Amino acid sequence: MLSYILRRLLGVIPVMVVVGVFVFSLLHLAPGDPAAIIAGDNATEASIARIRASLGLDRPLLEQFGKWAWATVQGDLGVSMFSNVPVTELVQQRMGPTFSLAFTTMAVAVIIAVTLGVLAAWKAGSLLDRAVMGLAVTGFSVPVFVVGYIMVYFIALQWRWLPVQGYTPMSEGLWPWLRHLILPSFALGLAYVALIARITRASMLEVLAEDYIRTASAKGVATMPMLLRHALKNAAVPIITVIGIGVALLISGVVITESVFNIPGIGRLVVDAISRRDYPIIQGVMIIFAAIYVLINLVIDISYSFIDPRIRYS
Amino acid sequence: MATDSMTVRSKVGDFIRRNPTIVVGATLLALITLAALFAPFIARDPIAFEPINRLRGPSADFWLGTDSLGRDVYARMIYGARISLLVGLLVALISIISGAVIGLLAGYFSKVDAVVMRLMDGIMAIPSILLAIALVALLGSSVKVVIIAIAIPEIPRVTRLVRAVVLSVRDLPFVEAARSNGTRVTKLLRRHILPSTVAPLIVQATYICASAILTEAGLSFLGAGTPPEFPTWGNMIASSRLYLQIAPWTIFAPGICLALVVLAVNLLGDGLRDRLDPRISRRM
Repeated sequence: MLSYILRRLLGVIPVMVVVGVFVFSLLHLAPGDPAAIIAGDNATEASIARIRASLGLDRPLLEQFGKWAWATVQGDLGVSMFSNVPVTELVQQRMGPTFSLAFTTMAVAVIIAVTLGVLAAWKAGSLLDRAVMGLAVTGFSVPVFVVGYIMVYFIALQWRWLPVQGYTPMSEGLWPWLRHLILPSFALGLAYVALIARITRASMLEVLAEDYIRTASAKGVATMPMLLRHALKNAAVPIITVIGIGVALLISGVVITESVFNIPGIGRLVVDAISRRDYPIIQGVMIIFAAIYVLINLVIDISYSFIDPRIRYS
Repeated sequence: MATDSMTVRSKVGDFIRRNPTIVVGATLLALITLAALFAPFIARDPIAFEPINRLRGPSADFWLGTDSLGRDVYARMIYGARISLLVGLLVALISIISGAVIGLLAGYFSKVDAVVMRLMDGIMAIPSILLAIALVALLGSSVKVVIIAIAIPEIPRVTRLVRAVVLSVRDLPFVEAARSNGTRVTKLLRRHILPSTVAPLIVQATYICASAILTEAGLSFLGAGTPPEFPTWGNMIASSRLYLQIAPWTIFAPGICLALVVLAVNLLGDGLRDRLDPRISRRM
């Protein structure tokens, strides 16, 4: 077991090296002077020269990469050209709202999607099943900002049930925090619900056709325990895989959702950096999100072996 | 003669009954494509603005009202289909072709395989919207940059798909036979292996097209996509966000259009998948 986990951990290294090389070469292969790009539009000759010297941009490319990679590994992602604050510090300040949104979205989406998927598979071919599948295709097609604005228009502006936008930290109370996250989580969660419900249904259909399910229901196991303990548990691996794949979707969605609902998270940080041409922020967040994606998928990979011991040996 | 036309009609009816999603998706997509192609004939100038008519509600004159600069929302909506369809089509083409070439090589030559697949794992780890934002920040925003930026993150998915197909047919008897006859590698790949990848690639192309249209709209919405002077659905929504309460049509019209196009492409994809190859799983 331990060696399995260690092997998976080591597998992260080449992926992150590729991410590093790729991100590094983006800046250096782009036409134009990297120092001028990092310095931004209104930079003076002197500040460009200073950046060039401090980043060692006059050194050979390989040496530059080594230096940059070493700094990155140590958690130094450069300094924002707009505010002169280290990127890691800016990201830390904005982490709360982003993780809150990601967490509530994930929770809402997984609960709704698995419930719908299980019900749809149980009543396969019924009206409910068709409705769930219809929702799945639609949910995948409506962009988060369109769902978001439709929800804001009706629920927040017309009926005034929930706040239009903004964010309140959890330290100011659980309900004020949650209240601001309900609309964004549902808007962002829709695509995620579609993705997970689809796989849950497919995976459950396969398991429900197995002999042991027939045996279980023949010996009189009640419907709920049969669906949950016998079937869902065995259908879990594809569902968890797709949750991992969906993390990439979630990260992209978070960036857009934060803009729709004016949530001061990492996504807003990046979007504000676009208009200010603050490249170090974009580059830093790219690396952080890639690392999060890789780590979550690692955790999911390892979790398979706990859910389904057969996987450990293959 | 009469029986002939009967069979044709019943065949068409049969096709529609068996493949409702293909028919609905293709019809919807065809209508939108026609509207985009003939935009100048069915809508007025999408750029012209009349400040005196700003934020007017839907009327006989302006079917879907006007936006904050007094531009015709209906006209902008029709012209917006052009960029969306163009981006969807080109991103699908570029990523399918490059992914297919890389996947064929990786699947066939095991020496290339390890390196290429690690590279693809790395690219897949970078969230596509951030990669696109970075490219737009570096290269400036233009339709060309947006298309390339959206295509790059799709390549690994295509590569994986093609590689998997190649691995499964590489050692089958008919390929073995061609190889032992002395067929050159390029011909072997093109004539004997490539055909097996076509069905899954067509399905994958529709999904890439749908997600490219969504990403383009998202990038435009964030201000990192197609330059704001172009009438795209993402730009329309971005420039109208402050007027949601007083002029909701400025956001709902392009939003619903966007959802319809993506829905049409997704339905087409689902239908094709069920018809061409039921084993292909979605978005792997």
